[in-house]
Amino acid sequence: MSVLSLSKALNEGMRKAMEDDPKVLIMGEDVGKLGGVFRVTDGLQKDFGEDRVIDTPLAESGIVGTAIGLALRGYRPVCEIQFDGFVFPAADQIITQLAKMPMRSLGAIKLPVVVRIPCGGGIGAVEHHSESPEAYFTHTAGLRVVACSNPADAYTMIQQAIRSEDPVIFFEPKRRYWEKAEVDTVNTDWWMPLDRGRTVRQGTDITLIAYGPMVKTCLEAATAAEGDGRSVEVIDLRSLNPLDAPLVMDSVRRTGRAVVVHEAPVYSGFGAELAARITEQCFYRLESPVLRVGGFSTPYPPSKLEEHYLPDLDRVLDAVDRAFGY
Amino acid sequence: MTLDASRGAQAPPELVQLLTPEGERVEHPDYDIDLKPEEVRSLYRDLVLVRRIDLEAVALQRQGELGIWASLLGQEAAQIGSGRALTDADMAFPTYREHGVAWCRDVDPVKLLGLFRGVNHGGWDPKEHNFHLYTIVIGSQTLHAVGYAMGIQRDDATAAVIAYFGDGATSQGDVNESFIWASVFNAPIVFFCQNNQWAISEPLEKQSRIPLYRRASGFGFPGIRVDGNDVFACLAVTRQALKNAREGQGPTLIEAFTYRMGAHTTTDDPTRYRVASELEAWKLKDPIERVKAYLFKNEFADQAFFDSVEGEADQLGADLRRRCLAMPDPAPLDIFDHVYAEPHALIDEERAQYAAYLEGFES
Repeated sequence: MSVLSLSKALNEGMRKAMEDDPKVLIMGEDVGKLGGVFRVTDGLQKDFGEDRVIDTPLAESGIVGTAIGLALRGYRPVCEIQFDGFVFPAADQIITQLAKMPMRSLGAIKLPVVVRIPCGGGIGAVEHHSESPEAYFTHTAGLRVVACSNPADAYTMIQQAIRSEDPVIFFEPKRRYWEKAEVDTVNTDWWMPLDRGRTVRQGTDITLIAYGPMVKTCLEAATAAEGDGRSVEVIDLRSLNPLDAPLVMDSVRRTGRAVVVHEAPVYSGFGAELAARITEQCFYRLESPVLRVGGFSTPYPPSKLEEHYLPDLDRVLDAVDRAFGY
Repeated sequence: MTLDASRGAQAPPELVQLLTPEGERVEHPDYDIDLKPEEVRSLYRDLVLVRRIDLEAVALQRQGELGIWASLLGQEAAQIGSGRALTDADMAFPTYREHGVAWCRDVDPVKLLGLFRGVNHGGWDPKEHNFHLYTIVIGSQTLHAVGYAMGIQRDDATAAVIAYFGDGATSQGDVNESFIWASVFNAPIVFFCQNNQWAISEPLEKQSRIPLYRRASGFGFPGIRVDGNDVFACLAVTRQALKNAREGQGPTLIEAFTYRMGAHTTTDDPTRYRVASELEAWKLKDPIERVKAYLFKNEFADQAFFDSVEGEADQLGADLRRRCLAMPDPAPLDIFDHVYAEPHALIDEERAQYAAYLEGFES
C-alpha cells in the first residue's frame, strides 16, 4: 500500500503502463521537463526519454491528430489536454477522426488513444480552466468516456484506458488532484473493469449518482443527510460511455428516488440521459421524478462566483429534500 | 498585388518540368530522370487506366449507381507520378480524390466505389496496401500522416510518408499544424499538394497571396513547384523528396501545379464559376497526350501498344461496372459493427433491440 495523491496515482499508473509496453507514449504541452502544469507527468520524460514523453507544439488538434497517426503505426499515445476549455481546437480530430475511423475501416483500424482532460472548477481559475465538457464526448459514438474520482481509481483506470483498444476520453477532477488515499500498487485482484461503476456508499432511501469531482460532494451530502434520518446511496459512475446501467437501475429500483449531480450545465447535460433512462427503466418504482443538480445554463462564471455555480453539499441536500417532497 | 494563379495555358515560372505538353523532353538542373521505354509505357498505361476508372465511375454516378463521385480528371500525372515514386514500405494518406494513387498501391478500384455507393465508409485495409482510407474532412489526414511519420522515426525504419491534399486544404489549421509538427520533429514526410486551381468554386486567390510551394519556407523546409501534368517531373521530384525524408532530411512540400478538368464532384456545376476557355487552355496541357506524343516521336511505342492499352481500359471499365452493380448492400445490423473494438454495453443493447424490432415484421 502506498499513500498517493490523485495526480501521483495517475503518474504511477502511466509509469507502470510505460514500463509494461514500450509502445505507450505521452504527448502534450509542457508534459516533459515541467511534468505538466499539474505535474501529472512529473519525471516521466527524465526516465523514458523525449521520444516517449513528447513536448508538443501548442496546438491541440495537432496533438490528437498526430496521436492518431502514431496509433496507426502501432503506438499507444496518451495525450494531455492542458485544460478542459482547451479541448475544443481538438474537437474535430476527436469527433470526426478518432471516434469514427475504426468504423470507417470496417474494423481494420484500432485507435488505442487516450485523451486526458483535467476537468471541472473549484480552483479559482480564469475563464476556460474550469469547464465540464463531458456531454460533448458522451454524445459521440466511438469514444469511451470515463472519469476518475479518487486516487485508487485514477491508478487503475488510467492503465485500463491505455490498454483499451478503443479511444478513451479520460476526465480528471482537477480540484481533487491533491487529495490522498491508500492505493494498492502491488496487487491487481481488486481492480474493476473500466466500464463498471461503483456503489461508494450504501443506502435505502435515495440514490445520488455522480462522477469525477462530485463524488466526494455527494458522499459528504450523504453523511449530512444521515443526521436527518435519511439513508442515502451514492454511486460513482466511473464510466459515462458505456454506462453501467444495471448498477444504476438496481439501486434506483431499491430506493425509488434518484438525484444526478454534475458540475456541467444541467440543460442537455449527461444527467438528462440518466434521468431519461432511469424513467424508462424504473418508472413503476419511482417515488419522485429524477432530479438533477448541476451548473447553470450560463458560461462558467468568474471564479468569485463559482461557489454559486458549482453544486455543493447544500444544493445536493436541497435536491434530496425536494425528492422527498413528492 | 500580383496573384500567382495563372490558370491559363501559360506555365508559371519556377516550375519543374521534364516533359513539355508537346511531348518534348527538357532538362532541369536539379531534377532528372532516366526512364527506359518500357517504364514510360508502363506510366502511360497507368495514366490511361486510371482515367478510365474515373470515367466509368462518373458514368455509374450519372446512372444512379453511385451517390457521388469525385473525379480525378486532369490530375492523373500528379497522382501516378507521385504514387509510383513510393516504395512498398512508404505510407500514403489520401484525400477522397486519390484514385490514381490507390491504383499505384494496388487497391482494387471496386473498393474505392464502396463509400461513393453508400455501402461502407471505406472498404480496404490500409495496412495491407500502406494506403490509408480516404479522408473527407479537408486536411485532417495531414496530421495523421505526420504522426505516422513520427512512428517511423521511433521504429528506426527506412520509410517515408506522403500526405495528399489540395489547394483549398492549405487554408486549414490542421494542414498548417502538420507543417509545424513535421518541421520541429524533422518527420520523414512529403506534403504533396495538388493545386488544381479550384476548391469547389473558389479560385486559388481565395486561399493564398503567394504561390503555395513558397509557404514551406516559413515553416523551415523546402517547397518545390512541379508541373502536375508532367508525370516524369512528378515522379522525379517526389522520388527525390521521399529519398530525402527517408535519409533524415525532413519534410518537403511539393506543389503539383495542375488543373481539375472536371467538376469538384458529380454534384458540382463548374459552369457557374469558371470560363470555358480556361478548360480549353488546360486541355492543351493534358497529362496523357504528352506522354503519348513522347512515345510516338521517339518510336518507343507503336499503334498496337496504344490499341492494347485502350482494349485493357475497356475491359477494366466493364469489369468495374459489373462488380459495382454486384456489390452487396450491407445488412441492417451492420450499423452496429466496428463502432468499438471491444464489447460495448450500449451498442449491444441497441443492436438487440433493433434486431427484435425488425423481427416483428417477419411474422
